[in-house]
Amino acid sequence: MVGFEVDAVLGDPAIRIVVCCGSGGVGKTTTAAALALRAAEQHGRRTVVLTIDPARRLAQSLGLTELDNTPRQVKDAPLYAMQLDMKRTFDEVVLTHTAPERAKEIFANPFYQAMSSTFAGTQEYMAMEKLGQLRAADEWDLIVVDTPPSRSALDFLDAPARLGRFLDGKMLRLLSGTARAGGRSMFNLVTASFGAFSKAVQKILGAQLLTDLSGFVSALDSMFGGFRERAEHTYRVLQDPQTAFVLVAAPEPDAVREAAYFASRLEEGRMPLAGLVLNRVHTSAVPELDAESSAAAAARLGEEGDTARVLRVHELLMRQVVRETEVAAHFTDRFPLVPVARVPAQPTDVHDIAGLRAIGDAF
Amino acid sequence: MSWPARLHVVTGKGGVGKTTVAAALALALAAGGNRVLLVEVEGRQGLAQLFDLEPLPYAERRLGDIDDDLRLLAVDPEEALLEYLDLFYKMGRAGRVLRKLGAIDFATTIAPGLRDILLTGKVKEATTRTDEAGRRLYHAVVLDAPPTGRIGRFLNVTAEAARLAKLGPIKSQSEGVAALLRSPMTSVHLVTLLEEMPVQETTDALAELTALHIPVGKIIVNAARPPLLSSRVTQAELKRGLAEAGLPTDRRTVTGLQSEAHAHLARQELEQQLRAELAHLKRPTVELPLLSDGVDLPGLQHLAALLRPR
Repeated sequence: MVGFEVDAVLGDPAIRIVVCCGSGGVGKTTTAAALALRAAEQHGRRTVVLTIDPARRLAQSLGLTELDNTPRQVKDAPLYAMQLDMKRTFDEVVLTHTAPERAKEIFANPFYQAMSSTFAGTQEYMAMEKLGQLRAADEWDLIVVDTPPSRSALDFLDAPARLGRFLDGKMLRLLSGTARAGGRSMFNLVTASFGAFSKAVQKILGAQLLTDLSGFVSALDSMFGGFRERAEHTYRVLQDPQTAFVLVAAPEPDAVREAAYFASRLEEGRMPLAGLVLNRVHTSAVPELDAESSAAAAARLGEEGDTARVLRVHELLMRQVVRETEVAAHFTDRFPLVPVARVPAQPTDVHDIAGLRAIGDAF
Repeated sequence: MSWPARLHVVTGKGGVGKTTVAAALALALAAGGNRVLLVEVEGRQGLAQLFDLEPLPYAERRLGDIDDDLRLLAVDPEEALLEYLDLFYKMGRAGRVLRKLGAIDFATTIAPGLRDILLTGKVKEATTRTDEAGRRLYHAVVLDAPPTGRIGRFLNVTAEAARLAKLGPIKSQSEGVAALLRSPMTSVHLVTLLEEMPVQETTDALAELTALHIPVGKIIVNAARPPLLSSRVTQAELKRGLAEAGLPTDRRTVTGLQSEAHAHLARQELEQQLRAELAHLKRPTVELPLLSDGVDLPGLQHLAALLRPR
């Protein structure tokens, strides 16, 4: 197994973007914040961390009391932090790509309202969009991105393409009628089935809904190209060596499996994977005393005494150490070349700057 | 332990072991010959991984490794939409054409509410399904649900539908689901660990679901460890005990074990505080032990025995 030199990444001036990915509940936001703080404090880089949905106390300690899409300096640290406002980011994209009159129509449409606030994938797309904007502004030495708490870690890579495909898709063009102007033959080919579709949609959803839908679709029409281009541009930035992907996992089967999926997807997409941060790893100060010997010794002492109890504590810890090592091996066996950094389990949850600093030191 | 509802929705923060707990609960409810359906809706194939099976199809399959009648189902929104179209509009072949056109992807993409209505609609259908004699096919349905961060939106289907469909079958479909979810037939169980963030999310989810009038059942503390120590232990005492047990008594061993004991004690105190916070929520609470050898079928059956209805 290769050790992950986190400082080498954070201190490298050629690296301008660090993307933290992993499944929910593995400490992704905390890791992103700890990496950003270390880059700012130890490497003197002008750093902003883009968080998506931080836990309340961590958000407070980063000074993120408002969801306003503006980087703000963290109290008592040379670091900037911002929290993604998904709806506002979407509104801004619409405003950039369309005339104010048209934008007003779009904002009023119930489909836009539903999509901009709840679409599965909008958050991922908008995180990419915001990243693209921050990068284009060229104000920062380093942008650290925390990815959305998706159903699966892969959503972050898939969702923008899915949204692009959707906004650019055949169905939208059919509904908006642009197919008639742009490609008559395609339209003829599908007219029959499309008639069935629109009849079904009308039956199921009702006429009002269809009117709203086609209103939304024709309003978005002018923005198709813009959406796809931007998504593609950001995707290319992610493939560039200026970006470093950091996988985050905890030594649990689901989290490690997700990390392995993600690693293979990054390989496929030729995206630069810098390493895996394995959070909440347990270690023992007395590893040579294994679980079985400890349990046997506790049994010899008759269980009730102080030493017997301490030996039971050690036994449980050693079992956990062994289990975690096995789980982590599922990743390292498949990706022997991906460097791994282990962060020891902290006795309590991390939600202040001192705690983030301690994690940074553990790297 | 009593589990009065028929539809058990299991949620919790990501990483707390929702799927494990949902599976253990389904096994517990199936004990004694009851037919139980365990459903997942997030397309993660978490049940297949848990039971070490090939990816599940969109069909209710009986789990083969046990005597009890537990069936597994992974609901896919596209399949659910096709089934729905077929059921109400007899669109068998047309449905497949629509899929080729990308229409299904389109419909479930444009309206995330629609996706959730289809998923919850399928769960409702299974929960209320009857045989020729009018008896319920399933004694209970257990849903491995989306995490607490999304559970309110997922279960609040009428609000989502109302934003999009003011009339029509989607609206009546969602009203049927909403009525079931707000009835005593349903119970949402919140899974947590004795850690700060999951406990916080449990508190938040309870408030959100209560405001939505969706009945919350139990709080299930997963992976709990027994408190082993009652007080700090001195090095002298430890040294004496180790000697008696025939173990090394060098300084490194003694201080090492002592520091492990103190870390355990600190953790134990934090866990006690979190237990007290959970007790404030005034919901029936169950603790399930950490499976120290990992989650496998015997482990799940051990947890199920602790949840079994009495």
